[in-house]
Amino acid sequence: MAVALDATPFNFVAIVLCVSVGAGLLGSLLGLGGGLILIPVLTLVLKVDIRYAVGASIVSVIATSSGAAAAYVRDGLANMRVAMFLELATVAGAVTGAMLAGMVGGRALYFLFGAVMAYSALAMLRKLREDGGPRQEPPPDAVADRLGLHGSYYDVSTGGEVAYRVHRPLVGLGLMYIAGTVSGLLGIGSGALKVPAMDLAMGLPIKVSTATSNFMIGVTAAASAGIYFARGDIDPFIAGPVCVGVTLGAFAGSRFLTKLKSGSLRMLFVAVLLWVSYEMLSKGIHG
Amino acid sequence: MTEPAEPPSPPETTTSAAVARDEVVPLTPELLISQLLRGGVLLSLSLVTCGMVMTFFRHPDYFSSPDALQRLTAPDSVPHRLPDVFEGVMAVRGQSFVMAGLLVMITVPVLRVALSLGIFRAQKDRAFAAITTGVLALLLLAFLLGGVE
Repeated sequence: MAVALDATPFNFVAIVLCVSVGAGLLGSLLGLGGGLILIPVLTLVLKVDIRYAVGASIVSVIATSSGAAAAYVRDGLANMRVAMFLELATVAGAVTGAMLAGMVGGRALYFLFGAVMAYSALAMLRKLREDGGPRQEPPPDAVADRLGLHGSYYDVSTGGEVAYRVHRPLVGLGLMYIAGTVSGLLGIGSGALKVPAMDLAMGLPIKVSTATSNFMIGVTAAASAGIYFARGDIDPFIAGPVCVGVTLGAFAGSRFLTKLKSGSLRMLFVAVLLWVSYEMLSKGIHG
Repeated sequence: MTEPAEPPSPPETTTSAAVARDEVVPLTPELLISQLLRGGVLLSLSLVTCGMVMTFFRHPDYFSSPDALQRLTAPDSVPHRLPDVFEGVMAVRGQSFVMAGLLVMITVPVLRVALSLGIFRAQKDRAFAAITTGVLALLLLAFLLGGVE
């Protein structure tokens, strides 16, 4: 039994659809993926088995990533060469993660989810404190030069083309393997791990890191989604409304609302996320 | 998922984008990939939505019976082999339409990688053609591994 709930199928689908729209909306407001919000609601509130929650979430992750990437790529913000290079590692990681998910128990998944969620909440706090600031020119890097990973983007706020150089691509590759494994294991995009890997380790501007991360998430998620499908963990009755709902919510969020900049409101969300991660952790420990 | 404001000119991330900028032809590799992603997502969501509507049209008891939910979400009720999904679509089963839509969604990024491979090859970028082939091979490996399990 994937759902421990006494509702009619129609009510269930309606509730899942509404919750997913909310998760997509909130996710796009906070710059988090929908999965991070969706999975706790599906498991803790709607009592969906965590495996089916992960299976449903991973497909919605592809939807939001592809939708956002379509805009980022058209605007030339995502660095497609860096993305393709790093996808070698994220896809390998995603395969590892999805295979591991078949072996580890539900409680371990709850525990890990709680830990990643707490980390993501704290990472959001960090982003809140140090926004902007002058960037240092990274030292030259032979591998990045050979592969031609450097790029430039059009900055709306300054109205000019900003050129940037990439370094330590191999460190990035290692970090991306970890991000891919987490993504495959938990059914989230794990943008909170991908963005710092590019921004802090490889020296990409934060805007480019965010856009490129979004672009990569779809391919990473597709690799693990294939495995979840074959295992029978993608239940159309749960994944269908989740996929439609999260996409609608994320689209509405990006279209009609500006990103939340208010510090205090963000702090409130960080607190909520930390509380939810505590709930997930304790479910992992006590079962 | 933010839509950044429209820049006045497409910035060059690849060489052919820079070339295309001087011509009137707006079909850059970026635009091609962008269209593929958008089209794929729209197709998938329409299939999923149609499937959901069909399901409730064909089963009026889904509006009233709580037992049906347990049956629907029982682990073995899920079609998880391609022939099963195909058969269900042919039989106009709503849930198979939803599943087909979800499968289209999973395929979109794979097609994006395949399209990128074509673009890198057309640009005679051998290093990136090799990297892209590697990514594509890993993706196919993932689907095969999943099937074996």
